Amino acid sequence: MTNNILLCGVGGQGIVLTSKLTASAAMDKGYHVMSAETIGMAQKGGSVFSFLRIGNEMYSPMFGRKQADIIIAFEPAEAVRMLPYLSDSGCVIVNTHPVMPVTAVLKESSYNGEEMMNYLKGCVNDLVIVDGAKACRDLGSPKVLNMVMLGAAIRSGFLPFTIGDAERAMEKNVKPQFVELNKKALNYIS
Amino acid sequence: MHKEFLMGNAAIARGAIAAGLDLICGYPGTPSTEVLETTAKNNKGDIYVEWSVNEKAAMELGAGAAYCGARTMVTMKQVGLNVAADPLMSLAYIGVKGGMVIMVADDPGPISSQTEQDTRHFAAFSKLPCFDPSSVQEAYDMIRDAFAYSEMYHTPVLFRPTTRVCHGYASIDVKDPEEYYTHKPEGFEKDPSKWVIFPKLSYNAHKNIEKRNIELSDVFSEYHRNAIILPADPSCRKGIASHGISFTYVSEAIVDRSAPKLFKVSTPFPFPEKAAVEFLKDLDEVLCIEELDPVIERELTYVCGKYHLNTKIRGKLTGDVQTAGENTCDSVYCCIAEFMGWEKPAVKEMDAPPELPVRPPVLCAGCPHRASFYAVKTAMKGKKCVFCGDIGCYTLGNAMPLDMVDTCLCMGAGVNITQGIGRMDPGTTCFAFVGDSTFFASAITGAVNAVYNQADMTLIVLDNSTTAMTGHQPHPGTGRTMMGQVVDKVSIEAVLRGVGLKTVETVDPLDLETAVNTVKRVAEEKGVKAIIFKSPCAVLIKPEKPAVIDEDKCIGCKKCINSLGCPGIIISGGKVKIDSSLCTGCGLCSQVCPVDAIGGMDK
Repeated sequence: MTNNILLCGVGGQGIVLTSKLTASAAMDKGYHVMSAETIGMAQKGGSVFSFLRIGNEMYSPMFGRKQADIIIAFEPAEAVRMLPYLSDSGCVIVNTHPVMPVTAVLKESSYNGEEMMNYLKGCVNDLVIVDGAKACRDLGSPKVLNMVMLGAAIRSGFLPFTIGDAERAMEKNVKPQFVELNKKALNYIS
Repeated sequence: MHKEFLMGNAAIARGAIAAGLDLICGYPGTPSTEVLETTAKNNKGDIYVEWSVNEKAAMELGAGAAYCGARTMVTMKQVGLNVAADPLMSLAYIGVKGGMVIMVADDPGPISSQTEQDTRHFAAFSKLPCFDPSSVQEAYDMIRDAFAYSEMYHTPVLFRPTTRVCHGYASIDVKDPEEYYTHKPEGFEKDPSKWVIFPKLSYNAHKNIEKRNIELSDVFSEYHRNAIILPADPSCRKGIASHGISFTYVSEAIVDRSAPKLFKVSTPFPFPEKAAVEFLKDLDEVLCIEELDPVIERELTYVCGKYHLNTKIRGKLTGDVQTAGENTCDSVYCCIAEFMGWEKPAVKEMDAPPELPVRPPVLCAGCPHRASFYAVKTAMKGKKCVFCGDIGCYTLGNAMPLDMVDTCLCMGAGVNITQGIGRMDPGTTCFAFVGDSTFFASAITGAVNAVYNQADMTLIVLDNSTTAMTGHQPHPGTGRTMMGQVVDKVSIEAVLRGVGLKTVETVDPLDLETAVNTVKRVAEEKGVKAIIFKSPCAVLIKPEKPAVIDEDKCIGCKKCINSLGCPGIIISGGKVKIDSSLCTGCGLCSQVCPVDAIGGMDK
């Protein structure tokens, strides 16, 4: 059995760290893990993705279209961009808060994420909507979005470990002064 | 032995350390950079680690160490090997004493490179053995083999992973320190008949290399990583040959299928000819799934001719596989399905998605390069100019609204290209922009060329005190080394004055008025002159208080947005706002605002 996970969003949202943490939690449970992600040019305000695979029979760190069991999207348009990878029975966890690209600002685009959300609602059966902006306000830090998203993903039942496992992995990966805040974020339910 | 979750590049570094690495040097370049960085991080002090000023310097340094019997590794990206080609070609004739692995990362796509060149061809051209790992685990294990073959045959060897191996992660088996190979380099032993290249030596060496490579082809035919995997159905007369990450895509495609005969080529040069003949036996048709050039496809076609085999070889040359760009699980599946005659899965049509915002990479909020480009643009408004760019973050100065990069070719090219344009287009005011790391790597000769040949140009050095694009490596101007020493900084200004430039001005680009006036004044002067725009990379400094827009003063002209293109300035609810999570308080926008509506920074 293989879990195919796709994390996506925009550079700076903490996607790569979330991917590492997910891998770490899965490894602690004895699973074999592979991943691949964008790096370099793409980090400068570009779309960022991370393919993550947990399981046994797998060869490539990336997988093909219609193969993702879960897409964890930190931004609505990025969810739509990666939707071709979702399997027919897959789940999408999406943050409603849009990130405007600089080019959209220049062209005065009307992009606000709403039509992306409507599209997702129309074609994804198993859609979990997270108000990331509200979560960050409630928790008092813009830097906890990634843990809020991971918490929601774990609760969806598509990851092979528990919130407690994620907490233990997080404790090993973040500075001690941020552990409490990140725990709260993992357990945050809007 | 224990398990760790490692990036491919980290696995290569850790594999090299386990293989008794004594020295590693290189020049940063995506996707190769983390090999050297990981080695530095895991260095107990017994490995010499350096970022050299460029790949040629690194290759020569590595050669010297290998002459001493040290196990050495030199790292670079594929285009870096072009820079190091001169020492490489000769070193192939001279050979080495200690194992020398030249780690060259190829970049199918290309994802962050100028070319889609294939280092497997460079291996054949330089006649050097080449290793092509297909996974993170294999990269870790194969490095040890590469060192062993290098030492056994007294030759440098190439090790060429591609981006998806370099930047892929996997939980892999790694050795414990007590399992590491250990040895001690003997030091340099004088022998002019061995280490001094002369035509006579080269003639003899050439003969020996050709003989050795025939032998290596046989040896590699037995190498267990050049694998032939028999078909599930013995009567199947089709085969697939592949390599590197593409081999894993092939493996994914044939899971749950009746698999054809497979050939995994891990040493593209010398090509394992006997293994190839064994693979081709009883096959009517073979599909070659490769990235970059059709190396295996040509070799198999050659083998078929040489041994009068009646197997049809298909791939890029026959139009069965895409000729450019990287392969994916999907593209490889499609090629194989077509080749095997599998029914293609019915794809359920989804509604067309709404138009997606494009997110091209842009200069970061607070990036001092933005200020430098804007200052030159403002100063030269209305004049006929050419702005030759170079390789680094500042290539992104090409994007709208800055639009300040007219040419970009390769490391250090801009300073010479602008001279060529100046010669043929005399009415043009000529500029070249170069970053600090690129300046040291390959723009100093261009500056000397300009001075010597009486060029008329302005060199703009964008000095952000780091190699930013590849992840902030130190360089000669930073005063730090990879061994953790704090050393004298090499001064760019002193270098330029030293090669004969009379005017070299150093300015903070974030002081816009001074910057613009300096450009106006210096551009008027005849001859070769330089402006060093000095301001640290925004990612490396603690941000100032973010800017605030005074809504009462803002007239909504959007000059800040339309002239700077800073990701920290957004439009929200029809109004111009500062995204305080991105703004570093650099203050550039406050100096551009015509009504003084932006303030709030400490500056």
